[in-house]
Amino acid sequence: MSTGAERRTPAPPPAAWETYPVFPKAAKIELQLTEQRKNLRHATGTIRAKRLDRASEVPNWEDLRTAAAAIKDRVARHLDEYLVEAERTLTEAGVTVHWASTADEANAIVADIAVAKGVDEVVKIKSMVTQELDLNEYLEKRGIAAWETDLAELIVQLGHDLPSHILVPAIHRNRSEVREIFVEEMGRYGTPAPEGISDDPHELTQAARAHLRAKFLRAKMAVSGGNFIVADTGTLVIVESEGNGRMCLTLPETLVSIVGIEKVLPTVEDLEVFLKLLPRSSTGERMNPYTSMWSGVTPGDGPQDLHVILLDNGRTRVLSDPTGRAALRCIRCSACLNICPVYERVGGHAYGSPYPGPIGAILNPQLHGMGSERDRALPFASTLCGACNDVCPVRIPFTDILVHLRHLAVEHKTAKHPTVEQGIMKTAAWVLSDGKHLEKAQLATRAAGRVLGDRPLGPMPVPLAGRWLRARDVDAPPTETFRQWWKKHEQERKES
Amino acid sequence: MSAREDILGRVRAATRDVTEKDPALDVPVTWAYGQPLATPDVLADFVEKVEDYRAVVVRVPSDQVPRAIADALTTLGVHSAVMPPGVPAAWAEAASAAGVRLFADEPPLTHAELNDIDAVVTASAVAMADSGTIALDHHTDQGRRALSLLPDAHVCVVRADQVVSDVPEGIARLAPAMRARRPVTWLSGGSATSDIELSRVEGVHGPRRLWVVLAED
Amino acid sequence: MTVPTAAPPTVGTPGLGKRVALFATCINDTMMPGAPAATVKLLERLGCTVEFPRAQTCCGQILTNTGYFTEALGTVTSYVKAFSDYDYIVAPSGSCIASVRHQHPMLARHAGDAGLEKVSTEVVGRSYELSEFLVDVLGVVDVGAYFPHRVTYHPSCHSVRLAKIGDRPYRLLEAVRGIDLVTLPHADECCGFGGTFSLKNPDVSVAMASDKARHVRSTNCEYLIGADNACLLNIGGILDRQRSGITTIHLAEVLAMTEKDAS
Repeated sequence: MSTGAERRTPAPPPAAWETYPVFPKAAKIELQLTEQRKNLRHATGTIRAKRLDRASEVPNWEDLRTAAAAIKDRVARHLDEYLVEAERTLTEAGVTVHWASTADEANAIVADIAVAKGVDEVVKIKSMVTQELDLNEYLEKRGIAAWETDLAELIVQLGHDLPSHILVPAIHRNRSEVREIFVEEMGRYGTPAPEGISDDPHELTQAARAHLRAKFLRAKMAVSGGNFIVADTGTLVIVESEGNGRMCLTLPETLVSIVGIEKVLPTVEDLEVFLKLLPRSSTGERMNPYTSMWSGVTPGDGPQDLHVILLDNGRTRVLSDPTGRAALRCIRCSACLNICPVYERVGGHAYGSPYPGPIGAILNPQLHGMGSERDRALPFASTLCGACNDVCPVRIPFTDILVHLRHLAVEHKTAKHPTVEQGIMKTAAWVLSDGKHLEKAQLATRAAGRVLGDRPLGPMPVPLAGRWLRARDVDAPPTETFRQWWKKHEQERKES
Repeated sequence: MSAREDILGRVRAATRDVTEKDPALDVPVTWAYGQPLATPDVLADFVEKVEDYRAVVVRVPSDQVPRAIADALTTLGVHSAVMPPGVPAAWAEAASAAGVRLFADEPPLTHAELNDIDAVVTASAVAMADSGTIALDHHTDQGRRALSLLPDAHVCVVRADQVVSDVPEGIARLAPAMRARRPVTWLSGGSATSDIELSRVEGVHGPRRLWVVLAED
Repeated sequence: MTVPTAAPPTVGTPGLGKRVALFATCINDTMMPGAPAATVKLLERLGCTVEFPRAQTCCGQILTNTGYFTEALGTVTSYVKAFSDYDYIVAPSGSCIASVRHQHPMLARHAGDAGLEKVSTEVVGRSYELSEFLVDVLGVVDVGAYFPHRVTYHPSCHSVRLAKIGDRPYRLLEAVRGIDLVTLPHADECCGFGGTFSLKNPDVSVAMASDKARHVRSTNCEYLIGADNACLLNIGGILDRQRSGITTIHLAEVLAMTEKDAS
């Protein structure tokens, strides 16, 4: 591995995601970052209101969601056909199609293309899939500099930071933090921030424009993800705001697009559904500023050497679970993050993956399997409040999948040896399987009620209960249960 | 075995539970494609939505388009502009008369040259009112993609008969171009970002100013 | 425990001839019996014949939502056993109703028991959250209640998003005599309870509950009303620790209260 001095691009935190502890512990740390919590509350509150406005003005919004879910399900259930069709149309349009089972395979394909082209730097469009692959660090190790060109990704890259949101990776940073990063870092990697720059977002944006313009103009190769691949035409679609995408898709000679296999749509006409849903759900706009669609090489216009890498990297594992596969409908809009009360408070890093929030909680354990404690904890990182179900433009049943994955996590944990939690749950199962059992258990709660009296219960060093009572006062259990009240009530009814 | 065969094999194994082989029968999609919106005044809606992105829209009779282009370039304060080869000669004449230095893209300009030109003037393919979106399919009157990207201001001429109510109609009109493998670019206002505290800033890498000339008969 | 004494009906008896099984729910039965007792009083006042099948236990969501599907299956069979003879099953909890409606058939299906899935689907199809039963089945909004206090209402997530009870509690509360119903800011945000979430992620849970309590306090209300006692236990725990002086009370208890109880 290169040392800091040899690096071409800003170094991310050492070991990146691997250093994050399991969700409950990571969340505890993140909750203490008061500035971050303020930034997140402000940002998620703003975007929620915008999304609601823009979704409400579409009269057939619910029909659009239903159509989108059905189209995505159709693709997933017949994915082999659509992939083969997309491969054929792309190839006919002059695109070189590659297939990659793993992150390593995909990264190697990108680097090999760069090496073959004699390029030692690439410009990048914001792409979740390249975050998933940790492509930038792979390229860095092979001596290729990858420059992020989306403003938020630039803030994250220059800030030696990790993304914390699907759409706005630097959502945890406020304007004055961004200014500091730009002033400190821009000059080391190209055009510096202007002298005396303020923390006005407009000024900061213009600094990014100036910093990146030189990189765009000299770039020989670009790397992108892709929002959609249209199977019947071999069209790639990229949805963006700033124009950095258009720069990357238009100016370099070589363009490599890495696309998850679930991103296929059957026909051009299906785009009408998704291009109405995505921007309104994502940025809360009627339409994002720029959408680029290209169907292979156009002589004299744009890159003349086009590559598409069709990536699995765990997606077939998600597909193999009939309950969990609805997660593959995701179009990465981030509405579920923005509405999530847990995400709003802990931010994205606590999820230990570039996919945070509710979608991360259902996607990561399915992409990776239940082998790691971190992935097993994610389905429990939700109150099951269901707000994500309601905003999802492709109707992913988040709460159903979360509960399903909790079951898989429990099965995984208890497969080899019993756990304490399992013992508690088995006892509860016995109590709750029969009214007579419950009555017996209530003898104990009533006894506790008599011992504890009318005083509220405060902090106490009791396992589990202590976690609850640390911040809450609770009345002691009543000495009379409803069942007993009912007996008296029935008696009174007879007498009256 | 190749990655291709591996992946397709895993996909087929993962979807073993799917017994209906016809995708359309297996998952019906009950959506009526290509439907218009019942917008009372489509042009007015288009203007309102484009202006909502803080772009400029002027409505002129078709024969006034050259003058409107010259006015746009003058008001934007540009000294140089590029026009793709397929636009009417009258556009270039009007712009020249207004003192704007004009470039044609023949032979193709380098990216560096385009980057130094202040503005671009193009026609368009389709416009979608409900979202205030203009689509280019990069025919000769719109030019190659770099042309409408590198200059800092974009004057875009939209004919009234190109404006449809909404995205589904727009896709239907663009589908033939896409099936002919033409690149398509959608513009909804000028470039913008909300990446800092989610407050919208107009003007990033794409043209920072969009000026729409809506030509009506 | 005090329960309002029976008052003469002021809005008629739309429940006459309706035999209703009360699903008390385990947490109410054991910890907060006031809500099911008030439900009985209210439904009887409206003319219903209320019964309490003793075989009932719990919706099982504490097991289901923690991932213990096999263990939760006993609650599916006990629910069917307790309630299969009734046309109307009513519970003072949107969360428990959402759980039986949605998760009981799923648990039976998961266990590969098609017979149980079928009978469970039928029984849970006749199950109502209290406000649904009042508004949809009895067709009443004004239940003759009297509650002269400044109150706010927390629409619990499972009631709204999973049981989909909509604005029924608000319509019932707006018809209560003497009530001063104040809008709760950020009402649609979760209180952070989430069953075992509050134990597995205690810090996030407390952060959410504290924000909810702050919004409740900002209304200067005397009572926080809810249709799910588990959420009230959570928010109330914070409010009590803060010595806020705000009392939590179940929707059923407010609707059961009459002018006679107040005098």
